Amino acid sequence: MNNKAHWELFITFFKIGATTFGGGYAMLPIIKREVVENRDWLNDEEFIDVLAVAQSSPGAVAVNSAVFIGQKLQGFPGAIAALLGAVLPSFIVILTIAMFFTRFTEHPVAVAAFAGIRPAIAALIAAAVIKIGKPVFTRRRNVILMVSFLLLSLFLDFHPVAIILLGAGLGLLFHWLACRQVAPEEEKQ
Amino acid sequence: MILFELYLAFLKIGLFSIGGGYVMLPLIQKEIIENHGWLTLPEFVDILAVAEMTPGPVAINSATFIGFRTGGFLGAVLATAGVVTPSLVLMVIAASLLARFYENNWVKAAFSGLRPAVVALIIGAAVFVGRASLLDPTSIAIGTVVFIILLKTRLHPIVVLLLSAAAGIIIYL
Repeated sequence: MNNKAHWELFITFFKIGATTFGGGYAMLPIIKREVVENRDWLNDEEFIDVLAVAQSSPGAVAVNSAVFIGQKLQGFPGAIAALLGAVLPSFIVILTIAMFFTRFTEHPVAVAAFAGIRPAIAALIAAAVIKIGKPVFTRRRNVILMVSFLLLSLFLDFHPVAIILLGAGLGLLFHWLACRQVAPEEEKQ
Repeated sequence: MILFELYLAFLKIGLFSIGGGYVMLPLIQKEIIENHGWLTLPEFVDILAVAEMTPGPVAINSATFIGFRTGGFLGAVLATAGVVTPSLVLMVIAASLLARFYENNWVKAAFSGLRPAVVALIIGAAVFVGRASLLDPTSIAIGTVVFIILLKTRLHPIVVLLLSAAAGIIIYL
């Protein structure tokens, strides 16, 4: 047991949970800053891999990433610490609103503040594309795959899980083809 | 008994919400409004507005709110626990398996195809959210300034969000 490490996981994901507005993707720059840049818990590639797993399983992406990273770093107690951290801010805020401010969404200050936050969320996600995409865009094959997946998702309405499965399937297919190409050459030698 | 039903209903909702929070909205509608009658449709719309304007995934926010309305504090705890149970179980298994097989060549190959897929999904989300939130010159200006700040400075994204909320209050109030 490492209480300090569990506490750090809890606090980190509490911070992330407290600022996750507008769906899971807006929190990606925040998670990346906290987990990859400030703490070195994961490198750039491992971070994308966690996202791939978190995105293809049931549940909120933020919660899934928290549990995955907690388990990876500190085992099951770490998973619980990160999960509690990610969930508690929503829980506390919603409980407070449910008990005292049922008309919160009509309050002019809340409406105005949210009008400012909404375009910022779009910017956060766009920034996530640049920051997370950088290590991926270094290979031409990845760029071609990325553009194809984007077109499938935007214009043919492919479900996110279908895109994920397609990506994994193509990765395996390319590897299999590469193995087959190498194998006969080895036989010749 | 209603507490156990709340846990089960939200466990089901959590289990079938793959690929983003908005996927589970029709599920909540069916389970909570039609099957159990715990909520009316206008109440549900109110909860969505609250969920959207508060931090946290929509799934968690709705679970806590509906749980509290239906079963008080314990109801809120059990509904929230229900909606995150699938995440906890599946991600603990996935992380343990991946720790063992991460160096396997086939696993590596699958992830090399997954990375561009993840980036494509994030771009898709940016387009989706941008369409809904960049509607007039003011919001486009806020979005552009925030984007440049995020790329060009080391300002923490949380600070940037707080600044945008302040800008909203100054501009729109």
